[in-house]
Amino acid sequence: MAEFLLPKNSRVRKGKTHAAPAGAEGAATNLRRFNVYRWSPDDDQNPRVDSYEVDMDKCGPMVLDALIKIKNEIDPGLTFRRSCREGVCGSCAMNVDGTNTLACIKACTDIKGDVNIYPLPHMDVVKDLVTDMTNFYAQYASIEPWMQTMTPTPVGKERLQSEEDRAKLDGLYECVLCACCSASCPSYWWNPEKYLGPAVLLQSYRWLIDSRDEATGERLDNLEDSFRLYRCHTIMNCANACPKNLNPAKAIAEIKKMMIERQS
Amino acid sequence: MRTPLGKARGLGPARNGTAHWWAQRMTSVALVPLVVWFIVSIAALTGADHATIVAWIANPFTAVLLALMVIAGFYHLKLGGQVIIEDYVHHEGLKIAGLMALNFACAAVGLASIFAILKISFGS
Repeated sequence: MAEFLLPKNSRVRKGKTHAAPAGAEGAATNLRRFNVYRWSPDDDQNPRVDSYEVDMDKCGPMVLDALIKIKNEIDPGLTFRRSCREGVCGSCAMNVDGTNTLACIKACTDIKGDVNIYPLPHMDVVKDLVTDMTNFYAQYASIEPWMQTMTPTPVGKERLQSEEDRAKLDGLYECVLCACCSASCPSYWWNPEKYLGPAVLLQSYRWLIDSRDEATGERLDNLEDSFRLYRCHTIMNCANACPKNLNPAKAIAEIKKMMIERQS
Repeated sequence: MRTPLGKARGLGPARNGTAHWWAQRMTSVALVPLVVWFIVSIAALTGADHATIVAWIANPFTAVLLALMVIAGFYHLKLGGQVIIEDYVHHEGLKIAGLMALNFACAAVGLASIFAILKISFGS
């Protein structure tokens, strides 16, 4: 059955509080509390939520800035992925203030009260905010996300594409595969092994409507499946979560329309 | 020991899914006017006696629409119920048993409803 309660060893407990140093000269007046999920595979402890008070006058504006400050100045053990710090690498996907997003482009000022930070939901945790992306990446590989053609590669020039056809890739090519959408989708939570999830389906559609690709039929054949594609129940959490403001649900609807189009 | 890609590719695409999805959309579109008609009609019959209701069902126009609503409704229930079971029930045996029970129940109750409509329309 689908699991609605966390197993006993996954129940989250209250952890340590790292208060800002008080009373010192120039004591911080603009404090913000960050509650961060912690779990380590190296001990047998349950996960816990540690609290950190951060002086926002001495911190960058984004949630990732605060996490880096916490790691540098308060708790070097805190583990998270990050790289580009500008929303193009997709590494720092996590659940901030109840919604999956990229910590590097989520402003602390957009959040009311304490900032609650958890790993992407319903993914296996490797450590703290780092989740296991193995299945997600394997599903991405399974859709063969590269151009497939029968026509030989033109010699000495590119494969041409009209401006109109190129425009069809807008709203799709921007996807950075951060998995915020897939990890927000209840249908993906219940069936992550068999349902491809919004991110991988949006990427599928990116190749399905690329005018240069010649494997459209085979791609649709591989999605003709009541789980791979049709577990999407148009819940729309994906569009709500996407930090790049893309709409995976719409891409999935377009794939369903292509399925109907080729048989009627 | 299977590779992640091997697991993701699994048993391959089932080569069906669109027919189920399309049938679910068709039955929902069909049910919109049928259910509206049914609710309006039943509301208009509020307080009517047994003979009036029976006469209403016996009317050929009513009988055909009722039968259509029953067929579309139970087919839609079977399709939707199947999706819910597949979503949430991951124990293979329980899933098969649930799907069988759903199909049997929809077929039995749907057929009983059709039989009742026909029996009333053709007189008992």
